[in-house]
Amino acid sequence: MTQRSATDAAVVFDPATIDLLIAELSDRGYTVLGPRVVSDAIVYGPVTSSSDLPVGIRDRQDAASYRLEDRDDDAVFGYVCGPQGWKRFLHPPETTLFTAAADGDVSFPPPADAPLAFLGVRACELAAIHVQDRVLLEGPVADPVYRSNRDRLFIVAVDCTEPGGTCFCASTGTGPAAGEGFDIAMVELLDATHRFLARAGTDLGAEVLAALPSRPARSDDQEQAGRHVAEARTAMGRSVDLDGVEELLYANAVNPHWEDIARRCLACTNCTMVCPTCFCTTAEDRPSLDLASFDRVRLWDSCFTLDFSYIHGGPVRSSVSARYRQWMTHKLASWHAQFGTGGCVGCGRCITWCPVGIDLTEEVRRFRDTDLRRIAVPVAGPFPVEGGPR
Amino acid sequence: MTAIPTLAVFKFASCDGCQLSLLDCEDELLAVADMVQIANFPEASREVAPGPYDIVLVEGSITTRHDAERIREVRRQTDVLVTIGACATAGGIQALRNWSDVDGFVQQVYAHPDYIDTLATSTPIADHVPVDFELRGCPVNKYQLLEVIAAYLHHRRPNVSRHSVCLPCKRKGNVCVAVAHGTACLGPVTQAGCGAICPSYHRGCYACFGPAESPNVGSLVDHLRGEGVEPGDLVAMLRGFNAWAEPFRSASDRIEEGSRA
Ligand code: SF4
Ligand code: SF4
Ligand code: SF4
Ligand code: SF4
Repeated sequence: MTQRSATDAAVVFDPATIDLLIAELSDRGYTVLGPRVVSDAIVYGPVTSSSDLPVGIRDRQDAASYRLEDRDDDAVFGYVCGPQGWKRFLHPPETTLFTAAADGDVSFPPPADAPLAFLGVRACELAAIHVQDRVLLEGPVADPVYRSNRDRLFIVAVDCTEPGGTCFCASTGTGPAAGEGFDIAMVELLDATHRFLARAGTDLGAEVLAALPSRPARSDDQEQAGRHVAEARTAMGRSVDLDGVEELLYANAVNPHWEDIARRCLACTNCTMVCPTCFCTTAEDRPSLDLASFDRVRLWDSCFTLDFSYIHGGPVRSSVSARYRQWMTHKLASWHAQFGTGGCVGCGRCITWCPVGIDLTEEVRRFRDTDLRRIAVPVAGPFPVEGGPR
Repeated sequence: MTAIPTLAVFKFASCDGCQLSLLDCEDELLAVADMVQIANFPEASREVAPGPYDIVLVEGSITTRHDAERIREVRRQTDVLVTIGACATAGGIQALRNWSDVDGFVQQVYAHPDYIDTLATSTPIADHVPVDFELRGCPVNKYQLLEVIAAYLHHRRPNVSRHSVCLPCKRKGNVCVAVAHGTACLGPVTQAGCGAICPSYHRGCYACFGPAESPNVGSLVDHLRGEGVEPGDLVAMLRGFNAWAEPFRSASDRIEEGSRA
């Protein structure tokens, strides 16, 4: 789809119109997924009206901590990234790939029937979807499961005006304003009158917007939105200097600081599970008891498990330090060589949802402070011990 | 192996819950019965066919001299010995006696203490005889149990992962109770297998499936101490059904030593 210019046909509508937007998308056959409060967190799932949305609620996030609070306004999107992103709808945690019978018959499950519409995609999440597109669609083999979910996807993005405690999209260049690839993007304005400034990113998005009651955007709407988004850029809860981080991590492959992280890291996999760009999976064959057939099931996997790097004779990354190094080096460094893009979009989830609060922005700072290149220790090669990046 | 392999279940110090997991496989039990001849299964039938057997499932821990002898005999009778449950793989909740004065209990509880012949410890089966596979859980998960039986019958490796509970917890889409509710959860150091049941019901994980493959209990303990969990409560958390499993045992001992110091 062709991306239209950001100001093309910008319109303003009131909060009640969000209901009409959901209805319009449902009428067009989409299953609309959006934010809801589930188990004291903002969790994406099916929404049928604005009463499902977390109106007047914000989240407070810090390392290993997430709490919801009431706001003193009726903001609809007054929170930031929740426990898990949109990944589970596009690249599901468990998928039966095929069923094979002993007589040689192989059957594939039918693709998802209804197309999906995501309501409330943040800039970092939009960037993460593009990263997963690179990995799962634009490599030598396109993943059919991801493709069937992704191809018909409708995206309603929301620019961030109040970043969270662990956000750092300003450092990764992926936010706070939605970049390319949305159908509609909105800014929620809470000044004097509560309203939304919306712009279309695709022809389909323009068509949906045209079906909603709205007025053309004025310069004061644009000015306010621009100011809030600009302020958001300087209000990030975290920041990280990623300049030269690839060289930094490669040159510090044997920095003793990895051991310091390993003393804290539980190798629990949470950071990889919540990361919107991590894509790794494992496959399991589940035979029936009588061996008449088996299902091949694909499951989310993580480089923090021992089985992940198991080859004949044992795991390549047996120490936790090697596993953390794999994760961090892949996200921030080798991803570039592998996919031509960074693997981190600055959503902060790995910081918030790490049960012991390990913070990759802080760890990058520690590597800068202890950079082996300044302490002149001869290093044999980029990865002399226990495996390198994939 | 004989034409139809034989399966026998032996019970040691335990509650029978793990054997019941096998009976609980209502739908699958007929398929199991087609594949194996069930030679000994005290929870299902009093009939006992003599050994040797192809596969033996052992439930329970060793708490008496008599059982320490009996497990050697069972081992002699079977090709494959699979221990099932926290008692058989870690000593069970009854391993709390390992920190206590068992003689004192006997004197207090029994009218005729001299009738009681018991060991001072409850220990896992693997402390006494070689074990081919240890299936964790209190109780074991019935699907994992079926998987292990099927895997041995079909001569393949069982699909039983050793990673943490967090992985399936996240796959399920649970909101983490540790981060979002401040509930102490042992999931990050506990082996998966239960399907992350407790976090799915907004409870912290109790570590029924024992330590995960590389459990960093010390780091989790430090973090929970920082969150205000009292040392005594941490010791109680770690000394559950898998108290005697080495990572939980040594971590709980260290907390006790630390708070004594
Ligand atoms: S590495 Fe962390 S901050 Fe970066 S995209 Fe993944 S979860 Fe978000
Ligand atoms: S190797 Fe690790 S860090 Fe890289 S995508 Fe896979 S799970 Fe994520
Ligand atoms: S960094 Fe945190 S979330 Fe990631 S594996 Fe280690 S302890 Fe778990
Ligand atoms: S609730 Fe417990 S098991 Fe689940 S992710 Fe959080 S710490 Fe892990």
